[in-house]
Amino acid sequence: MNHEPSQLTASRPDFAAIAASIPTGSSVLDLGCGDGSLLRYLKETRNVRGYGVEISDANIEAGIRNGVNVIQADLESGLSGFEENAFDFVILSQTLQATHRTEPLIEEMLRVGRECIVSFPNFGYWKNRLQVIRGNMPVSKDLPFQWYDTPNVHLCTLGDFEMFCDKYKLQILDRHVMTGTTNVSFLPNLLGSMAVYRFRRVS
Amino acid sequence: MNTSIGIVTAQRAHFDTPLTFRSGAVLPQYDLMYETYGTLNADKSNAVLICHALSGHHHVAGSYADDPKNVGWWDNMIGPGKPLDTNKFFIVGLNNLGGCHGSTGPASINPATGKPYGSSFPVVTVEDWVESQARLADMLGIQQFAAVVGGSLGGMQAMQWSLSYPERVRHVLAIATAPRLTAENIAFNDVARNAILTDPDFHGGDFYQHNVVPKRGLRLARMLGHITYLSDDAMADKFGRTLRSGKLSYNYEIEFEIESYLRYQGDKFANYFDANTYLLMTKALDYFDPARDFDDNLDRAFARAKANYLVISFTTDWRFSPERSRAIVNTLLHNKRNVSYAEITSTHGHDSFLMQHEHYHNVMRAYLDNIAREFTA
Repeated sequence: MNHEPSQLTASRPDFAAIAASIPTGSSVLDLGCGDGSLLRYLKETRNVRGYGVEISDANIEAGIRNGVNVIQADLESGLSGFEENAFDFVILSQTLQATHRTEPLIEEMLRVGRECIVSFPNFGYWKNRLQVIRGNMPVSKDLPFQWYDTPNVHLCTLGDFEMFCDKYKLQILDRHVMTGTTNVSFLPNLLGSMAVYRFRRVS
Repeated sequence: MNTSIGIVTAQRAHFDTPLTFRSGAVLPQYDLMYETYGTLNADKSNAVLICHALSGHHHVAGSYADDPKNVGWWDNMIGPGKPLDTNKFFIVGLNNLGGCHGSTGPASINPATGKPYGSSFPVVTVEDWVESQARLADMLGIQQFAAVVGGSLGGMQAMQWSLSYPERVRHVLAIATAPRLTAENIAFNDVARNAILTDPDFHGGDFYQHNVVPKRGLRLARMLGHITYLSDDAMADKFGRTLRSGKLSYNYEIEFEIESYLRYQGDKFANYFDANTYLLMTKALDYFDPARDFDDNLDRAFARAKANYLVISFTTDWRFSPERSRAIVNTLLHNKRNVSYAEITSTHGHDSFLMQHEHYHNVMRAYLDNIAREFTA
């Protein structure tokens, strides 16, 4: 055992928010699943059946060690191996901002899953805004990279993401905004450092 | 940590119940050579079967007391503290029917005639092998394998286990393999077979009576096969265009190091391997196609599978490319099987599955450790 679920939620506060909207026994596809911690957490707390997609060798080893199904693939080269509506939920946890071709990926997520869940750091968080006003790119716990070594190429604010959903006719079913482990409901685009959205295509 | 299992002993099992092959041929009785490593636990839940590839056999790990240099072909994977840990698992390796390492094969004496089977030995398929392996499992008291493991042609047998006996295998580790061969892959096999079939010493497969061996054909078959098991990069690294004498000699003798290497490998192989076995093994490769009985629908072929799978491919393997492994993975996904897939970056082509490679071995170890937890918990 690498770590207990409680430790997992402490290290990744979005896990609990994601799990909250997943009924027991659901099928889940976790894109960019890292070391498989989220899948393992969902398996242990929600008895989900699922797969993670991951590109890094180290994470494939870690995912297998965590006892979850991991498929080594570049998620941006397509999810063609997965059938239409194969999953109840397709999750993109803290990965959206690092995807290059974001639109086709979300399109694929909507194809293989009935609902999608994405979590991402809110670029509109006041501390980020302050750093930009001061003249620097934001560096923080949620955005731990320097401008020259960041994998993040498509950062956005809550407002940006909701405009995206509007443009592509995506129905937002649920939104959790938080700073650390605290839920934020007042001025979320300013006071929330991280967001979890659940959405589907407008039917 | 990486110590060898040490001295091992080969055993012979005799079977009197006739085996009917997919072709309709019947073998009234046969022997299988096998080795076991580790200890079968009380509830017989820790058994692992190793299926061999084209030129493999039952001597998978360890060495023999009277032949200490004869180390098993997968000794880097199997032993105390190794990924296939003999402190946890009871591991069974065998020589397949039709082989040339002691199990009944074309060179064996047919009790009905008193002569070698030769050309009369049945063409054997992956399904036939699984059937014979299941009988060996019965004999050893193994109702269900914790895992069936194999690379290349061995991976095909591992997959076939989960189709022929869905209840008898919990995990399948299918390495550097394919759901069926491509036309190009069959083509390579056919050239290899033609080298043997057209050797004047082959005598239609009954060369034993003529006291000759079709070495020229077997040697060419192996040389061709060997090229396809390596990668362009691996050959460039190992041999490049290096000349043995340092200068061109303008004749057809061995000049480049790669020529020397291939001829040496071909000669070595032709000195111990049986030409008929080579033909049978390549045919088994060509015939494997579980989708064939299901209108070419692989998803339907795997609908009866109940096992969990680990699928592994290697980036430079062009004989059994990652794309072929992804086809297996996709079918397993469509059937909602538990499956993990690792695409290992390696320069050694198809042969990678036999090599010591840290990440590859870590993946194997991680998966097998989880299996071991299922029966030690």
